[in-house]
Amino acid sequence: MTGYIFRRVLQAIPVFFGTTFLIYFMVFAMPGDPVLALFGDKTPSPAVIEQLRQQYHLDQPFIVQYFIYIGGIFRGDLGVSFSGQPVADILARTFPVTIRLAILALLFETVAGILVGLISGLRKGKLFDASALTISLILISLPIFVIAFVAQFVFGVQLGWARTTVGPGAPIQDLVLPALVLASISFAQIVRLTRSSVIETSGLDFVRTAYSKGLSRKRIIPVHILRNSLIPVITYLATDFGVLLVGATVTEGIFNVPGVGNTLYQAIIRGEGPTVVSFVTVMVLLYLVVNLVVDLLYGLLDPRIRFVK
Amino acid sequence: MRSAGHFVAPLEETPIAAIDDVKVAEKPSNLWIDAWRDARRRPIFWISGGLILLVLVVALFPWIFTQTPPNDQCFLSNSNGGPDSGHPLGYTKLGCDVYSRIINGTSTSLSVGLLVIVLTTVLGVFFGAFAGFYGGWVDATLSRLGDIFFSIPYILAAVVIMSVLSQYRSIWTISLAIGLFAWPSTARVLRAEILRVKQADYITASEALGVSKLKILFRHVLPNSIAPVIAITTISLAGAIVAEATLSFLGVGLGSDVMSWGNDINRAQSDLRTNPMTLIYPSAALSITVFSFILLGEVVRDALDPKARALR
Repeated sequence: MTGYIFRRVLQAIPVFFGTTFLIYFMVFAMPGDPVLALFGDKTPSPAVIEQLRQQYHLDQPFIVQYFIYIGGIFRGDLGVSFSGQPVADILARTFPVTIRLAILALLFETVAGILVGLISGLRKGKLFDASALTISLILISLPIFVIAFVAQFVFGVQLGWARTTVGPGAPIQDLVLPALVLASISFAQIVRLTRSSVIETSGLDFVRTAYSKGLSRKRIIPVHILRNSLIPVITYLATDFGVLLVGATVTEGIFNVPGVGNTLYQAIIRGEGPTVVSFVTVMVLLYLVVNLVVDLLYGLLDPRIRFVK
Repeated sequence: MRSAGHFVAPLEETPIAAIDDVKVAEKPSNLWIDAWRDARRRPIFWISGGLILLVLVVALFPWIFTQTPPNDQCFLSNSNGGPDSGHPLGYTKLGCDVYSRIINGTSTSLSVGLLVIVLTTVLGVFFGAFAGFYGGWVDATLSRLGDIFFSIPYILAAVVIMSVLSQYRSIWTISLAIGLFAWPSTARVLRAEILRVKQADYITASEALGVSKLKILFRHVLPNSIAPVIAITTISLAGAIVAEATLSFLGVGLGSDVMSWGNDINRAQSDLRTNPMTLIYPSAALSITVFSFILLGEVVRDALDPKARALR
């Protein structure tokens, strides 16, 4: 296991440098003045330009700039937002809200997704299965902002069951609707994954053996079928984290949830390029860490993974 | 006690007539013929195909469906107005015809989708084919490079690129921004398939006959491993259309002068309470288009993968 952890962490290092370099390269190695380009058609004041030039060390050669920036990341210095606040401070304030929203969404999508997928897989070809498949396909086709607006309109405006925007402090009851929206697309994917995995596992020899030993369905379904069907679902949750990040940006923006995604959303809408770059970098780093952790957990769950070179 | 003798299958179990029945003259079946036979029996193939055909016709010949110009002849007196004669879906906040804007926005979505899949297929096939076929350090280098691009969610990457390129917003730049980070999934699928195909006996046979490596790759390996790429490409097309709409919705996509469903949804969001229909109609057009491509992707994947057929 130690060797596996070591190998996996070692693999993550070039990816870390590669992704941060790519983002940095996209922004600061473009022809023309990167500071002006980040502001689009707006013209920032000379003081702001000067401050940004100093912050990003634009007087240095490109590769030196990059390493100064990386050094900053290791010291926890993620730059300064457009309004002058350190990005690390904004993160400290907004991160707990996003974590709460994400945990709620993860809870909805895994519990409901696995349950529906399991029933679907066990009743392959029946009415429940057909409707679950159709609904999941429709959910996958709906862009997240469409789901968000429809939910906001139906449950917030017409039925009045939930508030259309999240109140100060982001209480849990206000986060339920945004979390359901955020969970919807992954829910559909988890249903489909669990379903195909359950169908595949149900046909395996050890399940037939379990039946022939006379075990009850009550024991075979959760212990033999479900547990062995969940590995692809867990892998999916890691790759899905990227979808969750983009989804959180849009959902938090639409429901005005005071989280990390909303900060990015507001910065994008106002065209505050430097803030956008800082927050995208933060999200990508988060994505890398989550994938690393899930991969390590995966090695713990499935011994076969550890021994593959 | 039963005597143990040789078991001879009774003649009626393997009727000789059946062997005689095999038509040697008939064209041998292959993956593509099988796939077509499978797909054409499924109603969802015809439903999604019909919808895509409709979307294509709307994108190519918008003037068949509406004569109203989408951007001119907007009168503020019609602002957020309901449907009236000749304008079945009502008006936007600026008094433009909603129906005409939806019809004229179709080609934008479709163009971005097609440009993106051209880019992801070219990059994905290049990286996937060489990584899978040559293995060793070529595979290690190309795959790690793919990992780096894969580790940045492509919509976030596109947000950064489009923020930098804010002065050059067009169908071309947005497709580039999306496609540049969306190709690793195509490369991964192709690489995995090539690793499987290159074990086949006919590849060893070609090597034994002295066929050059590049020729084996292009004549034998690629054509036999392209099927999963086609399935994933259909689904990426849907993803690219969603990505364009999301970027335009966020305000970093196409310029406001370009007709785009994402732009229209963005502009209508402030009127959600007063005139939700200006938001719902372009959203519906977007969702139906994406739905038909995802549906077709499903059919294609099932048809080309005999293992997936068992799951139905």
